Amino acid sequence: MTTTAPLATQDDRVASRPLAARLLSRPEVGSLVAAVVIFLLFMAVAEPFRNVANIGTILYGASTIGIMAVPVALLMIGGEFDLSAGVAVTTAGLSGALLAWNFGLNVWVGVLLSLVLAVAIGAFNGWLLLRTGLPSFLVTLGTFFILQGVNLGVTRLATGNVASAGISDMDGFASAHAVFASQVTIGPINFKITILYWLVLTLIGAYVLLRTRIGNWIFAVGGDAAAARAVGVPVRSTKVGLFMAVGFCAWLSGMHLLFQFNTVQSGEGVGKEFIFIIAAVIGGCLLTGGYGSVVGASIGALIFGMAQLGINYAGWNPDWFRTFLGVMLLLATIVNLYVKRRADLR
Amino acid sequence: MTILELENVGKSYGNVHALRGVSLSVRQGEVTCVLGDNGAGKSTLIKIVSGLHAHTSGSVLLDGQSVHFGSPRDAQSQGIATVYQDLALAPLMSVWRNFFLGNELRKGFLKTLDIAAMKRICASELSKMGVSVPDLDRPVASLSGGQRQCVAIARAIYFGARVIILDEPTAALGVKQSGVVLRYVVKARDAGLGVIFITHNPHHAYLVGNHFVILKLGRVVLDAHRDELTLDRLAAEMAGGDELAELSHELRGVAVPPDTAS
Repeated sequence: MTTTAPLATQDDRVASRPLAARLLSRPEVGSLVAAVVIFLLFMAVAEPFRNVANIGTILYGASTIGIMAVPVALLMIGGEFDLSAGVAVTTAGLSGALLAWNFGLNVWVGVLLSLVLAVAIGAFNGWLLLRTGLPSFLVTLGTFFILQGVNLGVTRLATGNVASAGISDMDGFASAHAVFASQVTIGPINFKITILYWLVLTLIGAYVLLRTRIGNWIFAVGGDAAAARAVGVPVRSTKVGLFMAVGFCAWLSGMHLLFQFNTVQSGEGVGKEFIFIIAAVIGGCLLTGGYGSVVGASIGALIFGMAQLGINYAGWNPDWFRTFLGVMLLLATIVNLYVKRRADLR
Repeated sequence: MTILELENVGKSYGNVHALRGVSLSVRQGEVTCVLGDNGAGKSTLIKIVSGLHAHTSGSVLLDGQSVHFGSPRDAQSQGIATVYQDLALAPLMSVWRNFFLGNELRKGFLKTLDIAAMKRICASELSKMGVSVPDLDRPVASLSGGQRQCVAIARAIYFGARVIILDEPTAALGVKQSGVVLRYVVKARDAGLGVIFITHNPHHAYLVGNHFVILKLGRVVLDAHRDELTLDRLAAEMAGGDELAELSHELRGVAVPPDTAS
């Protein structure tokens, strides 16, 4: 018998990678670097930014974006977009207010009906996407315009106005306000309850993505849906579930809007969907799906919170906020790409 | 012992008959080779057996019972595993996540992924195949073609209890890597699995096959046991017999420049 080389030898061409390279190849690195840079920038140029009491305000701004950035990031990792996410928040807030006010119900009934509606909108997006096979960009662009029109039209029909009527004197308002819009003061800092929701959602999102079977499926349906289906991953339910998660978080955001301001402007929310997507992309999510991070998206939201107020505190004209966003988006994606390439080469 | 049997199975996509009257049986501990040129209907056949598409006529029998697989998950749960040509691996996911995709191990009350166990099993299954991947956290896209093939086969064998379908596993591989894959085909056969080996390479098929079926334009043109065949006959049948003779005649005519011929 002739001798053959043993099969299971270690391939000596492959050396193990250094720890630093492995850390740097994580998707959230770019956003973390950006967050530190922006923090230092505003610490240097904006005096009020250094005031401890303003931490609460900054975190509040970040949390309103972060609550949506988490499910939007998961959806993007799952390979889909949701352009209707911004106006869906307004739809949720409006429906809760209008239903309760028009039928004279306890506001909690409005809150629950609004939850059903918001999750149903998400499910509809997912169902239509899978049913038609159209790209999610088109499907949700459609629902974006539909919801925008419905928000304005229904509100005007119901109230003759462009905003929902105030509901602060209705049954259950006080308890709902406590759940969705309360705040606690610790020392000089006011913490809004949305900050808690944001952190909890981030933790749950990151846990689900990295430590559960569903997270594995989310990566797979975004990375290669055909491959995922072939090995038995329920692609359809995973995607519909992700859209429903966006719907759920839109409801949570909408309820905060409603109980914070007691009324909802029907034209609000347009343009917000891009901010959620940008936060997710800054956090390392690929537009093509299959890669990204929930923690990164939350850091992306934090960058927004800092920038939004930092520009104000620095005394710059807030007109420049959008320009700043665009520059941030480009820089963060370039840094992500660069860091990833360097780390993969090592 | 016959595990899986196809009787007069056909599949139409609208007015296109991709597969017509195909009969085939897969026995325990045997390799059934399905050969055919591009467009012969091999892929359609796999899709039916693996549960991606439903057949439109005839019947599929599993242990003598007529079955209709509703989904790949359904087929898998009945013990039919498939290694696709494109391998069904998500490129940006790590090796161990891909290995256990769709069959994740979980533990505890919260059904957390049992990552340590999955990495351990993945490493030992891969080393059995002779693949060494130093970092199972690397994305599958960073592996070589042969390594990816082995990940997909090792996965199918680890989870595929009884029948394993290999869709052109050697098509994109070099000689040495093909040898590794063929050796694994034999291992799977000896372990008592029924193997369906799809290929268009009669040499690879003849090395490991017990039974040979040649498809052409959606029909079975040859169905023979190893004893009834030689490699030359198989290669000739595969290439279309007369057509090959005709082609070689034609090419000979072209190869000879006219002025030297006269």
